[in-house]
Amino acid sequence: MGKRISIECAHAASLAVKLANVDVIAAYPITPQTHIVERLAEYVANGELDAEYINVESEHSAMSACIGASAAGARVYTSTAGQGLALMHEMLFIAAGNRLPIVMGVANRSLSPNLNIWGDQSDMMASRDCGWIQIYAENAQEVFDHTLQAFKIAEDERVLLPVAVCFDGFHVTHVIEPLITLDQEEVDRFLPKHRKAVYKLTPDQPSTWGPVAGPDIQTELKVQNEWALNSSKDVILEVWREFGDLFGRYYAPLETYKVEDADAVILILGGFAGTGRVAIDKMREEGKKIGLVKLRLYRPFPIQEVKDLLTRVKAVAVVDRAISAGGLGGPVYGDIRNILYDEEHRPKVLSFIAGLGGRDITVKDFKRIGEKVLDVAAKGHSEHKVDFIQVRI
Amino acid sequence: MLEDGGLIEIRWHGRGGQGAVTAAELFAHAAINQGWYAQASPSFGPERRGAPVMAYNRLDNVPIGIRSEVYEPDVVVVIDPSLLKMVNVLEGLKENGTLIINTRKTINDIRGELGLNYRIAVIDAKKIALETLGVPIVNTTMLGAVTRVIGLVDLEFILDAVKERFSAKASEMNAKAVARGFNEVKIGE
Amino acid sequence: MTTDKPTVKNLPIAGIIFVPGSAKEYNTGAFRSQKPILDAKLCTKCGMCWVYCPDGAVFVNSEGMYEINLKYCKGCGICSEECARKAIKMVDEEE
Repeated sequence: MGKRISIECAHAASLAVKLANVDVIAAYPITPQTHIVERLAEYVANGELDAEYINVESEHSAMSACIGASAAGARVYTSTAGQGLALMHEMLFIAAGNRLPIVMGVANRSLSPNLNIWGDQSDMMASRDCGWIQIYAENAQEVFDHTLQAFKIAEDERVLLPVAVCFDGFHVTHVIEPLITLDQEEVDRFLPKHRKAVYKLTPDQPSTWGPVAGPDIQTELKVQNEWALNSSKDVILEVWREFGDLFGRYYAPLETYKVEDADAVILILGGFAGTGRVAIDKMREEGKKIGLVKLRLYRPFPIQEVKDLLTRVKAVAVVDRAISAGGLGGPVYGDIRNILYDEEHRPKVLSFIAGLGGRDITVKDFKRIGEKVLDVAAKGHSEHKVDFIQVRI
Repeated sequence: MLEDGGLIEIRWHGRGGQGAVTAAELFAHAAINQGWYAQASPSFGPERRGAPVMAYNRLDNVPIGIRSEVYEPDVVVVIDPSLLKMVNVLEGLKENGTLIINTRKTINDIRGELGLNYRIAVIDAKKIALETLGVPIVNTTMLGAVTRVIGLVDLEFILDAVKERFSAKASEMNAKAVARGFNEVKIGE
Repeated sequence: MTTDKPTVKNLPIAGIIFVPGSAKEYNTGAFRSQKPILDAKLCTKCGMCWVYCPDGAVFVNSEGMYEINLKYCKGCGICSEECARKAIKMVDEEE
């Protein structure tokens, strides 16, 4: 049986990767991801993990090495953050387009300039259209569970897509928390000990990957990828259900908190959902009908779940830790507002941007957001406006 | 929760290199291993040697959701007495909160300097550290003092966390520092 | 839409080509404007044409003679230029 232990969230990712028995790790250290790959390097160096650890000179090379290894049939992991993810950008598309089941931990970090090592989600949001499955984790348990699940989802014959498990730099990565681990025997019951590659680059059966595709065929290939990403949702749900049946921890694309009778909800991705729930409790004590929605599965976007839930409330405050530059507010706000447009009973949707470059999001911030969204719910009127929390003007 | 008095929040003040973050981590490891819910986090700042740094702990008997920094601590721990002149260590400290200071001064001296609303504990951690470790690194001595003052986490779990963290010789010496911190801290009303 | 072009559904995953060396099927010599004609009587089998052909279109046939595979020859004329015996002539395709 798995034990209850105390662990830094970054190391919870490393532990999951070790238990997943990866064959190849290729990574370049960057704060706040460094602890993940440092611990993995230790596992490999002291013989606890029989894997090839490839030291590379950049994140572009890290992802390139992962692509090669994954194409050859290996189970592959990498991890990065911020500028590192930006440097990987073009290779992210290669990984997804070639249907390579790579798993990557993203310790979400702000993008330069100015030089900032702290957390926000602008790194992954800038790469959100790369074709990867994207899952956001809140705490050590979710980092651990989602990393393990990611291998099973990615390698499923019906999916064959890379998965990014994202968690906030510092506010999640550097926090020590309790974790219920799984022992190797339990993991082996869930995840096959080795990847069974359906397609692979091998001299025994030569094949050509990523050949030229002209205007007559690129559309079909892109749509094929899009279909694969969209239909991966069924497998994700299936894997989460199987994980829950085995270990008792169930996950859903959306996690809700006190939404049943809510007039308004706050929607957020990642670690600050925990702070948000504390604020919801305080507002509920004051008799305010407000709830919280944590968006766990970001890509493929859980369209139906979002519609089903949000058409029941009068107003939604979307809190983004990134800016979609040019006046459109936060990227998640754009998605939510977009998907609700055709609904007859659609809620008002407000954009809040907070927690940039490691700025804390406090209980007070959530309460202010809550009051604004409740006010809009009561008045039934809103307009497109981007509200930057805690900004000094 | 903690019987509805709410969770306990601790803020550690030290300087980069003095081990405030390590002390907070060890406290969380011990608490979690004893069965509590706990958190330790650095103040997410640059880790420059000598610069004032903070670290945080949260302790509860139910899962902890909040992930922000600690603004209204129940307990403030001051590892380096020179910080009293540099940093407002009392900022946000709850009324009737607890202040644990590494100092040679008495509880009454500190009370005179900092006001009456706090429960104050003092310990000459530098002296103990020099005697047990041979160097003025006081974080483990302070960890012992904090453990005693808070009273919820057992010393044996703290000592286990210390053993886990340090090499054999260092762990023996630090265990002594923790035990002396635990035994020699003076706690006012 | 009825078409014999590949569709989303019948394209191999990620457009992977599972048949190795399938480019051999392309008639890459089709756009040639001049073709090389080798005069076997002048040829000393020195092999310089084989060495220099940038397309690997020169081969040795079963009788041990050098021959040019016109399916792949692009008509660049390098073999003709390099032949010490002037045994290879470039002739217009139209003739």
